[in-house]
Amino acid sequence: MKKAGIIMIIGSLLLLGLFKFPLWNIMLGAPQYPDPLGMNIYIQGIEGNEEFDIQNIDGLNHYIGMKTIPKAEEMWEFDVFPKVIGFMVVLGVIIGVLGFIGKVSYKWFLGWFVLMSVLGALGMYDFNLWLIDYGTDLDPKAIMAYTHPDGTPMTYKPPLIGYQKMLNFDVDSWPATGAYMIFVGMLLTVVAFFVGKKESKQVA
Amino acid sequence: MKKSINILFSLVIAAGLVSCNNGNDRKSSKGQGGLSTNAAERVYVAPGELDEYYAFMSGGFSGQLSVYGLPSGRMLKVLPVFSQNPENGYGYTEETKPMLNTSYGFVPWDDSHHPDISQTNGELDGRWIFINGNNTPRIARIGLQNFKTEEIIEIPNSAGNHSSSFITENTEYVVAGTRFSVPIPQKDMPINEYKGNFKGSLTFISVDQETGRMGIKFQLIMPGFNYDLSHPGRDKSHGWFFFTTYNTEEAHSLLEVNASQNDKDFIAAINWKKIEEYVNNGGGKMVPANYAHNVMDEHTHSATSTMLKEVLTVNPMDVPGAVYFLPTPKSPHGCDVDPTGEYIIGNGKLSADLTVHSFTKMLDAIENKKFDGEAYGIPILNFEDILAGVVKQPGLGPLHTEFDEHGNAYTTFFISSEVVKWKVGTWEVLDRQPVFYSVGHGMIPGGNSRKPFGKYFVALNKITKDRYLPTGPELTQSAQLFDITGDKMELLLDFPTIGEPHYAAAIPAEMIAKNSRKIYKLAENKHPYASFTNADAKVVREGKDVHIYMNMIRSHFNPDNIEGVKVGDKVYFHITNLEQDFDVPHGFAVIGANNAEMLIMPGATETLVWEPKEVGVWPFYCTDFCSALHQEMQGYVRVSPADSDIELSWSLGED
Ligand SMILES: [Cu+2]
Repeated sequence: MKKAGIIMIIGSLLLLGLFKFPLWNIMLGAPQYPDPLGMNIYIQGIEGNEEFDIQNIDGLNHYIGMKTIPKAEEMWEFDVFPKVIGFMVVLGVIIGVLGFIGKVSYKWFLGWFVLMSVLGALGMYDFNLWLIDYGTDLDPKAIMAYTHPDGTPMTYKPPLIGYQKMLNFDVDSWPATGAYMIFVGMLLTVVAFFVGKKESKQVA
Repeated sequence: MKKSINILFSLVIAAGLVSCNNGNDRKSSKGQGGLSTNAAERVYVAPGELDEYYAFMSGGFSGQLSVYGLPSGRMLKVLPVFSQNPENGYGYTEETKPMLNTSYGFVPWDDSHHPDISQTNGELDGRWIFINGNNTPRIARIGLQNFKTEEIIEIPNSAGNHSSSFITENTEYVVAGTRFSVPIPQKDMPINEYKGNFKGSLTFISVDQETGRMGIKFQLIMPGFNYDLSHPGRDKSHGWFFFTTYNTEEAHSLLEVNASQNDKDFIAAINWKKIEEYVNNGGGKMVPANYAHNVMDEHTHSATSTMLKEVLTVNPMDVPGAVYFLPTPKSPHGCDVDPTGEYIIGNGKLSADLTVHSFTKMLDAIENKKFDGEAYGIPILNFEDILAGVVKQPGLGPLHTEFDEHGNAYTTFFISSEVVKWKVGTWEVLDRQPVFYSVGHGMIPGGNSRKPFGKYFVALNKITKDRYLPTGPELTQSAQLFDITGDKMELLLDFPTIGEPHYAAAIPAEMIAKNSRKIYKLAENKHPYASFTNADAKVVREGKDVHIYMNMIRSHFNPDNIEGVKVGDKVYFHITNLEQDFDVPHGFAVIGANNAEMLIMPGATETLVWEPKEVGVWPFYCTDFCSALHQEMQGYVRVSPADSDIELSWSLGED
């Protein structure tokens, strides 16, 4: 199960990319912003696409009563996510090494994948909750309180994924490099599972 | 009087002769501009598209420098240089007032003439652009990252700073020559003792290659002629500088006649490398002077003015072999050197021919001492010995010549109102096109450098007349754009300009657009009165001076209400724009201010002084429509009687 173990190790190491590359990217373009404003969401915090983008997004959002974009220390997620990812990398590598030397079965690879999928889904769920809160929990004293034609107050939740028109802004929300690295990494652990299965059959 | 009539008469005759040659062309080409061609397409820059070149055109008697896009001819900006500009507060704010300080005190205006872009190895490099103030002699340096006047240096011992500002091919020097000769040092003396007593100064200003900072290296004190225009040597003639002169008669009255008597005036050839060496070895004489050196600091956003008290002068007699006179027919105006540096063109404005001197022959004549007398001890070279060629009868009143990269020259003719293309070396006239009307300088992007970009020629015209809808007796100024890529020049576009467009300089847009600043970083703002947070917004009284440390961001001032100001106070509004977003300036204006508004760029701090004269509650507001709540961006100052004991207080957002 040497080959499968190596693939498992590579797959889990790819998650380390999250410490360097953003997980998600949200871009806000408007007639007045031909160079769109943007934020990159890392597991450790949110950064502007350009140096002053966060400040400028906050400046615009205050008109419609949105909270400022949270600093890293203001959300527990930015403390916990890096730890979870770190743990999963170590766990994946250990499983891979043990698989390599034949101490554990290939089924552990799939186990890791399932655990990671559950954690990922929880992460996305949490991210979406934040987006909802960010886009709907508006300051009642907001300078501009827009309503829908039916009279209900307008809210501004950015799309979890995809494109949406919000007031004068075109909002694009898409996975970024880090997310693609997780995707490939997780895919590799599934590959490791099948390769491991094949390898152990040959041995048997 | 009789002489002047004779001159006029002969000009009319000559004009008649020339127009006989091409009168038909001329008539049919009036109002030309490509209905039959695709000229419109070639100057059309579609909405959202950008121009190919930046053209910096002198603002003439506006004292400013205007920025145009080519080929569209659209004005992009007027950069304030030598004149106050109420539109953004330049010359009115406390930070910018020192820029206009001179030895004559605060001078709020000038006449700006000749922009020249910095060069490296004789090619445009787009770091800075320099321009001269003609009336109160000054040279300004404008940074092409901020598009802002960063430095102005006054030129002592000069009057009518016209043969300026031209730069050597590595921007070692910016050169400024005097048009008027004057007593040096100035003194009370009869004007009719001009001859032999008045002197002309040619000033070499060194430029720091990192900061651009200017300093007068030396002034060459020349005979009392008028130094009209100048041009540095290029390539092989690098190290030399050439100045046209007129009034070598040294007349002091009715110059239009009395300075037009000599058959030939001179081009002064100056070996500045030789003088530089002389000066570096301790040569020259330091003399008392009084001139201002004004520098804008990018981080404090504030200018300082320093009065300098001495200047190094050099007597040409003390540096043998450094200065020669090249006889050039009839009051040459423009002095131009071709991109190879070999040919020096004297545009004799009262001559029917164009004289071209050869640099190689000049060196040879100097080597072999082929002199034809001397003037004030300066050797005069023999005209025939240095002559490269003559462009025969190209037109009337040649003023200036620019070059393309294919060995062609383009000379402007004021009197016959045309631009003439001719071949350098064969001196053959290749094409002529009328201009509307009476062109002064012409400009090809890079056309005075070693590397011209010969796609367009811009004629900078002196007379407008009927080219635009009439606007009463006072008209706009005018420029015309020609396509020069073909054998024949083709008129594409007329466009109006500010002031009088003397010279201009243009550069491919991609060389500087990418460097153009978007904002000033607040983190780099070192203004002593800046206020960055709500906590450091405050009002401080120092006797009768009240300093308001205010900041602004969409869409409020902080503080917005101020009480405790009294009649007779001098109130300083020090306002910091906290925006860090592109194109979000805020303005500031307060009722009854005796100066102007100010426009504050993101990250900058500016100060406007207000001296309230009446008790009351007086408003101020943002003048630049910055946001949907711009109209809410306002505040009040309560002004109490001089003897009131109301304490200073200020607030923001309190009910
Ligand atoms: Cu404003």
